[in-house]
Amino acid sequence: MSGQILSVESLSAVSLREGGQAILRDVSLSLAPGEVLGLVGESGAGKSTIAKAVLGILPSGIRITEGRIRFEGRDMLAMPRAEVRSILGSEITLIPQDPLSALNPGRRIGPQITDGLRLRRGLSRSEARARALALLSEVHIRDPERVLGAFPHQLSGGMRQRVLIAAAFSMEPKLVIADEPTTALDVTVQKQILRLIRAMQETHGTAVVFVTHDLGVVAQICDRVTLLYAGRVIESGHTADMLQRPAHPYTRALIASSPRYDRPDVGLAPVPESVFEGLRAEIAAFDRERRA
Amino acid sequence: MTAPLVEARDLVVAYGRRNRLFGAPFPGVAVLHGVNVAIGRGETVGIVGESGSGKSTLGRALLRLVDAAGGRILFDGEDITRKGEDEIRPLRRRMQMIFQDPMSSLNPRQTIRRILAGPVLLHGLEVGPAAADRRVAAMVERVGLPQAVLDRHPHELSGGQRQRVGIARAAILKPDFVLADEIVSGLDVSTQAQVLRLIADLSAEMGLAMAFISHDLSVVRAICHRVYVLNGGRIVEEGDCEAVFAAPRDPYTRALLDAIPLPEIDPGWLQRGTGDEAA
Amino acid sequence: MADAGLDAAGARAAPRRRSRTGAALLAEPKVLVGGGFILLLVLVALFAPWIAPKDPLEQDLMLGTLPPVGFAGTEPGYLLGTDDLGRDVLSRIVFGARVALTVAFVAASLAALIGTVLGLAAGWFGGRVDAAISRLVEIWMAFPPVLLSILLVAILGAGLHSVIAAIVIIDWTRFCRVVRAETMAQARMDYVTAARTVGFPGFTILTREVLPNVAPVLLALVSLEMGIAVIVEAILSFVGLSVSSDTPTWGGMIAQGRQIVHHGWWVLAFPLLVLTLTVLAFNMLGDGLRRALDPVMRR
Repeated sequence: MSGQILSVESLSAVSLREGGQAILRDVSLSLAPGEVLGLVGESGAGKSTIAKAVLGILPSGIRITEGRIRFEGRDMLAMPRAEVRSILGSEITLIPQDPLSALNPGRRIGPQITDGLRLRRGLSRSEARARALALLSEVHIRDPERVLGAFPHQLSGGMRQRVLIAAAFSMEPKLVIADEPTTALDVTVQKQILRLIRAMQETHGTAVVFVTHDLGVVAQICDRVTLLYAGRVIESGHTADMLQRPAHPYTRALIASSPRYDRPDVGLAPVPESVFEGLRAEIAAFDRERRA
Repeated sequence: MTAPLVEARDLVVAYGRRNRLFGAPFPGVAVLHGVNVAIGRGETVGIVGESGSGKSTLGRALLRLVDAAGGRILFDGEDITRKGEDEIRPLRRRMQMIFQDPMSSLNPRQTIRRILAGPVLLHGLEVGPAAADRRVAAMVERVGLPQAVLDRHPHELSGGQRQRVGIARAAILKPDFVLADEIVSGLDVSTQAQVLRLIADLSAEMGLAMAFISHDLSVVRAICHRVYVLNGGRIVEEGDCEAVFAAPRDPYTRALLDAIPLPEIDPGWLQRGTGDEAA
Repeated sequence: MADAGLDAAGARAAPRRRSRTGAALLAEPKVLVGGGFILLLVLVALFAPWIAPKDPLEQDLMLGTLPPVGFAGTEPGYLLGTDDLGRDVLSRIVFGARVALTVAFVAASLAALIGTVLGLAAGWFGGRVDAAISRLVEIWMAFPPVLLSILLVAILGAGLHSVIAAIVIIDWTRFCRVVRAETMAQARMDYVTAARTVGFPGFTILTREVLPNVAPVLLALVSLEMGIAVIVEAILSFVGLSVSSDTPTWGGMIAQGRQIVHHGWWVLAFPLLVLTLTVLAFNMLGDGLRRALDPVMRR
C-alpha cells in the first residue's frame, strides 16, 4: 500500500529453540504517517516480537520465515545491513519498556541524549546540548540543566521515561516504536507519559506503534488497533469501532473481562473456555494449512 | 459490627533503623506514619496506593514480618506488636500470605507436593505423608490445577499455575486472615480474572478476612468490600468501595481514579487532570 | 475449569524438563567426562595394589632410567619406563593417585565444611555476626598463603596432615565468601518469607529451604577446590614439604624428573600429564555441576 509509513506484510516467524514453534503467523498491519497504532495482546501473543522485528533486534533464536517489513515502501528485510543501520535510531526510534535498564547507569544523562545528535545529525557539542535542553523542556522537565548532569539512578522512573521519550524524538524520526513504555510506571505517572507521547507525536507528526497489553491505554491514545493472539492477528481496525462493536469473540471477551473501577460486576468474569477453544481451533487450522 | 480480626492502631514503621557500635541507633526513615486499619472476618479490604505509598509495608506489618516502631497491631483481640518470633509462630497458622511473584515465592528446588505438604505436616493438620498427600491433592483440585503438577517443580508451570499454587499454599492451612500482596499484578487479563474469581470464592467459602494490596483500583473494585487509600505512608481515604469510587473525597483519590484509562472512548480523558512532572 | 498448561495467549508453559536432579546431571556432558575420569581415578587409587604392575618402592639400579614401551632399550613390564632408581613410573603414578585424591577429598571437604558453616551464619544472621565473620575473612585473606603453608609445615612437620591443614586453613575463606553471598541472595527471596509466614522456625528454614538452593554453587566450588588441592599438594611435594620422598607423589616425581629431564623425560612427563588431566577433570566436573544444577532450577 502506498503512503503507508510502515507496512508489515504476511510476516511469519518461528522459534529455533522450541523446535520450530510458530511465533508469528502471517501477520499483516499498516500504519499511516502521523498515526498511532496500538499492538495489543496478552503475554506471548507476539506483539513485542513484531516490534523487535521492525527494529531489527530480533533475538538470535527467532527466525523470520516469510513476509516483508516495508518502511516508506522499502523492504527492510531485503536491505543491506548498513542501510538498515542508518534507518534505525534515526528514522525509526524506540521508547523502551524499562527506563532503568535502557539508560547506561555509569554515564550522565546529557551524553546519552547528545550522542545520537552528534553522531547521526552532525551537530556540534554546544548545538547538541542546546537541543537536548530544549527537548527536556518539551517533555516538561522543570530543571533540564540539572537532569543533563545527573545519573540515571538519581531520577525517578517517570523522569527517566521522559528522558527516553526526549531521546526518541530528538532525531525527528518518522516512526517511533513504544514498547510498553508505561507498564513499569505508577498510574498517575502513566497518564502524564501518555499525554506527553500524544503531544510529542502530534507536534512532530510522528507515527507511533504502541505495544501494550492494556486495553484502557489503547482506548485513550491509539487511532487504530491490532489485536494478536499466539502470533496471529485476531482483529484489526479503528479503536472506536473495535471497542464499541467488537467483531471477534476474543475481543469481546477481553473487553468484558477487564476490571473497571466504575463497574463492580466486571473483572470477575474470566474469558470463557469456549473462546479459547475457538482460538486454538483457529490457530490449529492455520498451522495445518501452512504445512500442507 | 463485631470486633475486627486484624487491626493496626497508629502504626508507625521505619526502615533502616541501625544499631551502631557506639552511640544511639540511627532512627531510619519512617514509611508508615500512624496508620489505622481494621479488617473483619468475611470481608475483603483493599489497600491501595502507588509505589512508595507504604502499602506493602503495611501488609507485612500486619503479619508481623516487619517490626513496628510505634503503635499497635492486634490479632483477634491480642496485642502482637512486641511479641517475639517464637510467640508469634503458633499464630502463624491463622494468618497467611499470597505473594506477588509466584516464581520467587515458590522454592525452585521443591516439588509442588513438598511445597504444599510442608505447612500441613508442620502444623500437624495431618499426620504422616499419606494423609498430607490426600489433603494436598484435594487443595490442588480446588484451585483448578491438574494432579500432574504435584510432581513438578515451579519452573515447569506457567505463571497462572504458579499463582494458584501460591493461593493453595495460603489456603491449605485454613487460616483466618490472608494477605494478598499484588497477586494479580503481573498477570494477563484472562488469567487475572480467573485468579480473582478463585480468591473471591475461597474467601467466601472459608469466611476469610482478606487484605488485598494493589496499585490497581479497578481490580480492587472487582473484589473488595472496603478500601483504604494510602499516600506517602498515610491513609488519605477509607470507606465502602461503592462510596469511595463513586464519590471520592480526597484529591489524591480523585487523581488516582482519574488517571485510570478505561477501555472506552473518552476524548477528554487525556487532557483532564492536573500535574505535570518536574525535576 | 482446569488450567491446561496453556497460558491465555496460547504460549506454552515452560517445557517439561526432566526435573529429577540425577537425570539432569547425567545429561550434562561435562559431568560425564569429568566425573567419569575422577571415578576412574578413584578406582585406580582404591585398587592400586592390584592394578600397579610393580612395587612402587622397589629399587633396581640395574634397571634405572629405562624408557617407556615403544622406545629403544625398554624392558617389558615397565610400561611407562623407570626413574633413575629403577622404580616403575606407572606404579608410582598409580600409588601417587592415592595421595592426590586423599588430599583432594579431605582438604576440600574440610575447607568446605568450615567455610560453609561460617558463610551460612554470616549470610543468614547478618548484622553483627556477619560483620564479625566478614572482618575475620578479610584479615585472614591478608596473610600470604605460601608463607602460611611453609609456616604450618615447619610447625607440624612434613606430611599429608600438614598439606591438608595448609589447604584448609587458607581456602576456607573462598567457601565462606561464596556461601555468604549466595545465602544472602536466597534469604531475600519471597519463598523464604513464605516459609516464615507458614510458621517454620528459623533454623528449619535455613536447612530446608535455603541450603538446597545454595548447594549447587557449593558443590561446583567443592569440585574446583579439589583440583586446587591436587595442585597445591603437587607444589608442596615438589619442594619436599609433603610426605617423605619414598611415598610416591606426583609432585615428587615431577621434582625428580626435572633433574633428569634430558635423558629421562618420561619421569617428568607422565606424572605431569596425569596431574593436568586430573585437575582438568575436577574443573570440568565443577563446571558441569554448575550448569546442570543451576539452569534447571533457576530462571
